[in-house]
This record gives sequence, structure tokens and C-alpha cells, in this order.
Amino acid sequence: MNPNVSEANELLPPDEPVHLLDPDGTFHEDPEHPLELDDDQLRELYRLMVVTRKVDREAINLQRQGQLGVYASCMGQEAAQVASAYALRSEDWIFPSYRELGAALVRHVDAVGLLQLYRGTWLSDHDPYEHNFALMAIPIGTQALHAAGFAMGAAFEDNPIVSMVYFGDGGTSEGDPHEAMTFAGVFKAPVIFFVQNNQYAISVPLDRQTAAPTLAHKAIGYGLPGYRCDGNDVLATYAVTRKAVERARSGQGPAFIEALTYRMEAHTTSDDPTRYRTQEELDEAAKTDPIARMRNYLTQRDLYDDELETEIEEQAKDTATTVRAGIYDAPHGDPMELFEHVYVDPTGFFEEHRELLRSELAEGGEA
Amino acid sequence: MAVTMGQAINAALSDAMEADPKVLMFGEDVGRLGGVFRVTDGLQERFGDKRCFDTPLAESGIVGTAIGLAMYGWRPIAEMQFDGFSYPAFEQIVSHLAKMPNRSRGTVKLPVTIRIPYGGGIGAVEHHSESPEAYWAHTAGLKVMTPGTPEDGYSLMRAAIASDDPVIFLEPKRRYWMKSDAELPVETEPPHQAVVRRAGSDVTLVAYGPMVRTALDAAEAAEDEGWSVEVLDLRSLAPLDTAALVESLQRTGRVIVIHEAAMTLGMGAEVAARLQERAFYHLEAPVLRVTGFDTPYPPAKLEEYWLPDVDRVLDAVERSLDY
Repeated sequence: MNPNVSEANELLPPDEPVHLLDPDGTFHEDPEHPLELDDDQLRELYRLMVVTRKVDREAINLQRQGQLGVYASCMGQEAAQVASAYALRSEDWIFPSYRELGAALVRHVDAVGLLQLYRGTWLSDHDPYEHNFALMAIPIGTQALHAAGFAMGAAFEDNPIVSMVYFGDGGTSEGDPHEAMTFAGVFKAPVIFFVQNNQYAISVPLDRQTAAPTLAHKAIGYGLPGYRCDGNDVLATYAVTRKAVERARSGQGPAFIEALTYRMEAHTTSDDPTRYRTQEELDEAAKTDPIARMRNYLTQRDLYDDELETEIEEQAKDTATTVRAGIYDAPHGDPMELFEHVYVDPTGFFEEHRELLRSELAEGGEA
Repeated sequence: MAVTMGQAINAALSDAMEADPKVLMFGEDVGRLGGVFRVTDGLQERFGDKRCFDTPLAESGIVGTAIGLAMYGWRPIAEMQFDGFSYPAFEQIVSHLAKMPNRSRGTVKLPVTIRIPYGGGIGAVEHHSESPEAYWAHTAGLKVMTPGTPEDGYSLMRAAIASDDPVIFLEPKRRYWMKSDAELPVETEPPHQAVVRRAGSDVTLVAYGPMVRTALDAAEAAEDEGWSVEVLDLRSLAPLDTAALVESLQRTGRVIVIHEAAMTLGMGAEVAARLQERAFYHLEAPVLRVTGFDTPYPPAKLEEYWLPDVDRVLDAVERSLDY
């Protein structure tokens, strides 16, 4: 018998997701997931969620005003993103999908730059090495392999960093995350597969993605522990992620986390969710809102007052205003840049095309 | 002492790993076994199983993790065991390997080499004899190289590994055993240049990879007919050395492109289009194509009827000269 079989049960997720905060802010002690956050950190988590929601709303508005071509909102998923990214160290790497505004803001990635993808100015506008935050990946789940490879690369030279990849419930049906978990398991690469189960892949609900008992049950197939947490509970998500991250950092290998959450907005601004879900369902989901829950908790702990509220609201508003101004002021984009980054050494490529565009621009009086 | 193309590529891998401790070699069966064609033979013994290692059997995983490793700072060489098994990695190659440097405005460099043994002629079972070069050459962001000689097997391999751009390195598997008296290491012409393998004045045969040998054999046979045939080895399919193609056309006035891949939208179509765009008045005859048929690659017992050979090339030479 394979000796690993005796340890299989340890890889299975718990029957219930880890949950520390009730919607009314009541905190439940969990000896396996102690609260390792001081008062400032608790307030910081709250602040990051509020700012995320404000910038997210601003991006939706900017799309409505024609400033962005499209936008994929993360409303409702602020706790899942902020807490998981906050559980990392700054030297750890994040491999996001296109919906990770919250994680990006934790890393101080400039939202104006991030939104260039949606504005169509360029395909990204941040240096991944400055923030240890990879480019947003649009092909679903494909970035899981980059995270696995990156973590393998770090492990090869005993660099104690962790990589974390974000994808969704729909992403668990794609092939690449599975190959990534296979590689991560075999090479014991320090990578965290963080799945935000927001219940929908555009219009398709979870029961059309899998017949598995939970998404976290998939992990055992690759020799990874599968964890589950209430993804609208910022403290539970932080605690579960932190544990998995430090486990990986200490050389015990990769892990899979399923954070249960809900996408409150449309898939993107081009989507019409009224065709596939009801107002009643949305009203139910709104009761589990991650931000209100944390505010209730902070209030009960006397960590929240009018002064803090004003300060955070001001900061959120300022950030949103900066984003708005930045997007309005963003340059149209230089057409000649089309040829600039395709190759490090472009010898032999597209010389005539470059000249063609240059002359077209000159004729149009733009160059 | 004679060296085969397979040995030359092996030597290039070994020398590159020796020269740069960031170079990694991985894929299916490349470690302990030394590769199904033994092209990675001895590398794991020499450099250890952290620098040359076997992976799970998952081609998308191999290329996707190569991208992550390159982002970290390694210089990965990944092997797709056979041409027909590179397709599971298509998305990683086309959507990420080729595009990420551009998307990142040059902040992310991906010095990744993907080695793919390709082409037929070895009596292999289905999916082991394909010529997928047009897919890669069509994709902006990739460089595509393919050696036609053992010397280029060494030199182009070194150039591919040294390249800061991603390279698809297509190894003509039926020529792995082709011998040369070359002394290694050897440095041949720059990788983006086509090379005249044999000078001639009546017609140019444009070939690459496995068809370079076929073109040279045809050129030699053509001598008996009194035809002077030039052979141009493309070596690089992306970029394509248009200047060398035009120069050769200016010398001979006639061009025939030879490849194993099916005709429609193959490299031959691109060569023909470029020549008529740039050197129309030098054409004494239409550009002809001698290629595999527009059918799936045939079963082993029928491949001799499918693959371009000396006779089919000579027929095309005659048609071109009679035009």
C-alpha cells in the first residue's frame, strides 16, 4: 500500500468552512485559527476593503461614462482578496486574474495603471517586479502555471518566498490549474491556489462546474491540503491563508484554499445578470456583506468611531478621485509603441509595418 | 570525428548549461532516460536533477511553468517530446509566452526555449510526425529556428538559449543521425539569416530543417540533367530572411519552396507572397511549392508517398524551367 494513503484524510477539507465573524460582528474563537492581528492591522484590513469598494465603484462609473471599455467588478469579494493578499509578505508574489483590484491595492499597485487594460490604452501599466504582482491574466486559470513555475524557481535556490494565484470557481474546470497543482505537488513548490468561489462563471452556476462535494475536495487529487473559509469573513480568510502561506514557506508544500464568497455585481459591465439570478438571491447575499460585518466587529471592539469613519471615507474618496482624474488624463497611447516591446531583439521583424504606420501617421499629421 | 545532429544539439545544451548556471532543461523523460531520442543524454548526470529534470506528463504544464521559472530569473529549455504533443501547450505558447513581454511593456522578459522534435520519415505512429511550424511562425512574439545541419544544430541551439526572446526550436527528427565532421563548438551565421548551402544559377530550392538534405540531394541529381540548382536554407522561419530570398531569386529567376508541412498556408505560401511583392519582375516562372499533401499526416507505410522527395522536387524543377 502506498504509505501516503494513511495521510489522505489530513488533506480533506473540514465539513464546514472556517468562520470567525458573524454578519452582526460577533467573533467566535477558534483555537486552530487564532487571531494574530493587532488593532492597527484590523483597522487596516477594514480600510483596504472600503477603499477597494470605492475604487471598484468608480471604475464601474468610468465605464458607464465611456472612459473604460469594460470592467470586471470585485464587489462583494473585498474580504477574500484583501485578507488573502494581506496574509503574504511583500516579497511573496501574486498572480492575479482580471478581477483582483483588492489584492492589487494591498500591494500598492496604482489603480490607474491597472485600469489601462480596461481602458485599452495598453495591456498593463505596472512593473510586476516593483510590486511582486504579475500582470492580470485573462485566459481563465492559465496563470496558475506561472505561479507554480515561479514557486518552483524560488524553491530551487531555497529562497523562502511563496507565490499565490487567484482564480475562480469557473477556473477550477480548466485544465491549467490542475496541471499547476500536479506540478506544485510533485515539486513541493510553495504556491497557494486561492480560489474565490463567487458562485458564478458569468452566468453558469457552480453546480455546472463540478460534481465534487466542494472545490476544496479537488486538492487531495494532487496531494495538496484543501482548505475552506468564509470568504466574506476577513478574519477567517486571513487566518486560513496565513496558515497555508507559512506552511508553504517552511517547506511543507503547496495548498488549495476555497474562499466562499459572492459576486455582487455583473461578471463585467457588459453582462446582464438579471437573466440568470434573482433579486431575492442578491438580497440574501447582501446580508453577508464583508465590509459591514467587519465594521460591526470593529465597533464592538471599540476600534471604530466617527473619526475613523470620516478618515477612511475621505481616503477612499481621494483615491477614487485620483483614479478618475488619472483615467481622464491618461494619454491616448502612442501607436508606434505597437512595435516596441514585441521582441527584445526585433531584428528582421515588421520593419516595413513600422515604416508603414509611421508614414500613415505623418500623412495624418499626427507624427 | 563525426558528430550527428542529435549529438551536436546535446553538446550545445551541455555547453550552455556549463556556461550559464541559470539554464534549466526539463520535460518528459529528459532526465534519467536522456530523452526518447537521447538528445538530453548525460545532462542530468552532469548537472544534477535540479538543472535537468523530468516533469509530469503535461505539456501545458511544462510550458506554463517554464514561463513562471523565466519570470523568476531562470533560463528554461523545455522539451515537447513530439510535434503532435505540443498542441496541449498551444495556449500557453500563444497567449502567454508570445505575448507577455509585449503586454508588460518589456518589463517581463521570457528567455524560454521550447525544443520540439518535428517532421516525419521515421516510420512513427500517428501524431509523431507533424510539422506545426506555421502555427508558431504566424504568432508574433515568437522566434522560430530549425537547423538543417549538425553545425546549425549546435550553433542555432546556443543562439536560441542565449536569446532574451522566446524561441521555438524545431529539431528535424529524421536528421538526428545526420553526420558531419564539424569540430564543436562551432559558431555559424547569425540565427536570423538564411544561408546558401549550394550555389546555382538556374533555379533556387528554398528549404529548412529536414528538407535541406532533400534539397541538396535533388540539386546534385539535377546536375545530371544539366541544371544548376541553388539551395537556400532558411534556418529561421521567424523572422524570415526576405533579403536573402530576393537575392537568390535575382540570381536564378526561379524559386521552389520545399517543406514537409501541408501546402495550404504553409511557409511556402509566405515565401511566394513575399517574392512576388518585392521582386515580381525577377520571376521567370511562378514560385512553386513541393510539400506534404493537404491531408493529415499518413500512416507509416504510406509516408513515402506523402513526403516530398528528390523525384518530386526534380519534377518541380523541370516544370519551373519549362515555364
